[in-house]
Amino acid sequence: MHIPDGYLGPVTSALTYALMLPIWSAASRIVKKTLKARQVPLLAIGAAFSFVIMMFNIPIPGGTTGHATGAALAGILLGPWAACIAVTIALVVQALLFGDGGITAIGANCFNMAFVETFAGYFIYKLISGSSAITSGRRVFAAGIAGYIAINAAALSTAVMFGIQPILHRTADGQPLYCPYGLNVSIPAMLGEHLLVFGWVEALVTALVVKYLQKQDSSLLESVKEPKR
Amino acid sequence: MKTTAKLWIGIGILALLSPLGLILPERFKAGDAWGEWGVNTFKEIFGYVPAGLRKLSNLWSAPFSDYALNGQQDKGLCQLSLGYIASAVIGILVTVCAVMLLGRFLSKGKPGEKR
Repeated sequence: MHIPDGYLGPVTSALTYALMLPIWSAASRIVKKTLKARQVPLLAIGAAFSFVIMMFNIPIPGGTTGHATGAALAGILLGPWAACIAVTIALVVQALLFGDGGITAIGANCFNMAFVETFAGYFIYKLISGSSAITSGRRVFAAGIAGYIAINAAALSTAVMFGIQPILHRTADGQPLYCPYGLNVSIPAMLGEHLLVFGWVEALVTALVVKYLQKQDSSLLESVKEPKR
Repeated sequence: MKTTAKLWIGIGILALLSPLGLILPERFKAGDAWGEWGVNTFKEIFGYVPAGLRKLSNLWSAPFSDYALNGQQDKGLCQLSLGYIASAVIGILVTVCAVMLLGRFLSKGKPGEKR
């Protein structure tokens, strides 16, 4: 899901950076209000987990790979704003040091994984959990569903960014300038593999960690307080 | 042991196991993720490389490209696995340092910091 340099044209790159700037700034503002010094290690764990879990590439038929992102889990554990910051840092390190995701695509990749997925994960988890006890099985289920839907939302958003490139940018003789696949190819490809495989991996990862924390130290699952504006 | 300590150990174990993410795709002859092909692979698949893509694709050369250490990109799977683990460790350390710095800044000088 890490869009490399060259797949997105300047319009999409600029627009996604422009979209992320106010989101990053709001995230810093809100996290600054709510973050306690003792919560910083948890933020670091969320970012480190997201970084390393994305290294576990899973092969699927058709010769491609994919991976879980840990972004929905970060949303559940840290709250969406802090998770946005944590996953952004993981993505920036991946792009700068390891060439995983492009420099011009940092805005786009952060929009998909650090914004869409963390927020979707957080809200779906909240919605399904309702007022159930913090250690209830319902919350494990909620975490799984949140992981599954959230990574698919991110995959769809990524697919749309790929798919609009041939509409936006072509050479004079009609050849695509950047990603050559239209929406009719990118959406089935990206969404298909995430609905069938990687969504379940994300669901499993998210649910297992929540289950583990319920047993181990359920207070970590309660650390997110609604931010007071 | 504190839960955070256990979680750090868990992340350490993941770093050690990370070569699975390299070996499994190799084993099943799977290449890049969809939409993440390099210029060479692109040419193999489509027979051409879009002009804009070619121009932008070399914009940045990452120091540990593809999670491999320098000059290691063509070595065997064993070497690559060690490089992959080293990359995981480097990446985790840099990520954690960045979060700590930012976290210190964001959580600094607030009333009611200790509960």
